Amino acid sequence: MTKMILAALAGAAVMAIGTQAASGATLDDVKAKGFVQCGVNSGLAGFSAPDASGNWSGLDVDYCKAVAAAVFGDATKVKFTPTSAKDRFPALQSGEVDVLTRNTTWTLNRDTALGFNFRAVNYYDGQGFMVRKGLEVKSALELSGAAVCVQSGTTTELNLADYFKANNLQYNPVVFEKLEEVNAAYDAGRCDVYTTDQSGLYSLRLTLAAPDDHIILPEIISKEPLGPAVRQGDDQWFDIVTWAHYAMINAEDFGITSANVEEMKKSPNPDIQRFLGVEADTKIGTDLGLTNDWAVNIIKAVGNYGESFDRNVGPSSPLKIERGLNALWSKGGIQYAPPVR
Amino acid sequence: MTVDATTPSGKDRPTRSILNDPKFRGYLYQGLTILLLVGFVYWVAINTIENLQRANIASGYGFLNGRAGFDVGQSLIQYSSDSTYGRALLVGFVNTLLVAFCGIITATIIGFLVGIGRLSHNWLIAKLAMIYVEFFRNIPPLLVIFFWYSGVLAVMPQARDALELPFDIYVSNRGVAFPRPVFESMTQFTFYAFVLGAIASFFIARFARKRQMETGQTFPLLPTVLGLMIGVPLVVFLLTGRPLSFDIPIAGRFNLTGGSVVGPEFLSLFLALSFYTASFIAEIVRAGILGVSKGQSEAAHALGIRPGLTTRLVVIPQAMRIVIPPLTSQYLNLTKNSSLAIAIGYADLVAVGGTILNQTGQAIEIVTIWIIVYLTLSLSTSLFMNWFNARMALVER
Repeated sequence: MTKMILAALAGAAVMAIGTQAASGATLDDVKAKGFVQCGVNSGLAGFSAPDASGNWSGLDVDYCKAVAAAVFGDATKVKFTPTSAKDRFPALQSGEVDVLTRNTTWTLNRDTALGFNFRAVNYYDGQGFMVRKGLEVKSALELSGAAVCVQSGTTTELNLADYFKANNLQYNPVVFEKLEEVNAAYDAGRCDVYTTDQSGLYSLRLTLAAPDDHIILPEIISKEPLGPAVRQGDDQWFDIVTWAHYAMINAEDFGITSANVEEMKKSPNPDIQRFLGVEADTKIGTDLGLTNDWAVNIIKAVGNYGESFDRNVGPSSPLKIERGLNALWSKGGIQYAPPVR
Repeated sequence: MTVDATTPSGKDRPTRSILNDPKFRGYLYQGLTILLLVGFVYWVAINTIENLQRANIASGYGFLNGRAGFDVGQSLIQYSSDSTYGRALLVGFVNTLLVAFCGIITATIIGFLVGIGRLSHNWLIAKLAMIYVEFFRNIPPLLVIFFWYSGVLAVMPQARDALELPFDIYVSNRGVAFPRPVFESMTQFTFYAFVLGAIASFFIARFARKRQMETGQTFPLLPTVLGLMIGVPLVVFLLTGRPLSFDIPIAGRFNLTGGSVVGPEFLSLFLALSFYTASFIAEIVRAGILGVSKGQSEAAHALGIRPGLTTRLVVIPQAMRIVIPPLTSQYLNLTKNSSLAIAIGYADLVAVGGTILNQTGQAIEIVTIWIIVYLTLSLSTSLFMNWFNARMALVER
């Protein structure tokens, strides 16, 4: 009997803790535990993937580090939870992770019914197709009758069904839960076509046995704004996560890099002074619940958006993806950040 | 009145605290336990609902009527991306039933053969059966599934260079493609003939059994049944002008088109579950046969019954009484293990449910549906096997 009561109480305590983490001030929780817990992709080169010694890197990983740098002034105070497409949302809903930086498409349903908030978009993507060169396919419209590999529970899966239906094409979906399983199935020839976000295709092509035997078709069939998600009901934390991205965009706009950030503090430009928190009596950080040098910390840790892009997915990476839509608005792209003032 | 008679005697007894009454204490503890349990469940439920509301997560089962929007690779029933989530779940459920049903039948057949094989006097057969059992029994079912999926079916040739077998059957890493029969008009007569043959066979078998019980005369049952169920329909089929053609698979641009295809996902799951569970069934069968006293078969031999008939008529019926209860557990295990389908992308209830869970975010609802469906499935299997066990049990006279 006593044992039963104890067990019940223990269960109750666990539940109560779970409840607390799921609501209330995330910033306080994060500060109390001393690190930011980020939900990331379990392995997508360029976005979030561990190297041989277990260190994570990628655009989404940089985002997570930027949030940690803003909160703690130390980008190493992060922990990563690798998630599949399926368990990413419960992980965020339950409070297991503080922020989901896992190449997740911002959609109305996720923004509302799932109880999340999206605002910053750290990569503008669109869904594409990859096929073997040997099939001599030039356009996605020639794919009728093909077997298509796709990850289950993604917007990709829904776009695929809509696109083939709209164009009156037949296909046979081959669906897996984990990205690694989809890769293996495509590589083994279980299906003719691989579809996911185009950046993902570039990334995955590198992992195939013979990357040169595959081409990515020109069609882009969807809008996939990828960005971080947080739980609804905590506006302060939402603001911090959003502005971490805007800080990186503004830094690129001002020409501030991880190398020159200390010098730039002496810049006579009042915009830059305000942004870097050196203006007298500024509240640029404290209004967010952070220190005034939060932007400096982000830039020191991961650089500006351009540096992060270049290092992870751009010319300096094996992926070699063009900036395209992800260039600054002033350079033909749509990456744009509100002013810091 | 009785009240008057009992009241004084109650007063005469020395007053005892009701707490010292063992009967009352028993009820008290049981009542408290139930109260605590109900309270705990209620609290968990309320807490969940409150949290869902606080996190602005929509709940309820209304989403099942929404348009699914995704396609499912393998489906026995009509389904498209325009169908509802509920329909998609049904597709998954039917797929689960299919693989569990096929798996149970095959596992039972392999299991009985191997189990009897292990007791064979032939050294080679006995050892081969032993190796089979020890191999499949001692690796996790998930690995057996991967063994079939990645080790056997994935290394088959590409769809374009599919292995051609007789009767237009093609084997490739996309599965097995075979001609699909196309029934033309008048085929129904062949079907009717078969049904009539089956019904007639049933009554003839009953008559033959009754006559053998009464007179001891045997009846050539097998040829009669074969004639009725295959011969007669065949004659009708030929008389109606052979109204049957085949849709033969042809190499298309990407895949073989036409015919019917059984995908590698179903095949590997079906084979893995059958082989894995068969190893346990083999041991159960062996235990059942060994559990029948040796005197029974010796007595049968002494009566001059041939060894084959001894096994069939004396040993097996008695062994079945030992075999059936643990066999039920194995059938339940097989059904539940079919949820491992998710690892290789077979669209079973768990895989489809998982997709819906992610598309709609209705985690709690989907999980309760999973639990209820598997519970219902397992309890129905149990009920059926209990009924079967009662029928097979020793009738005491």
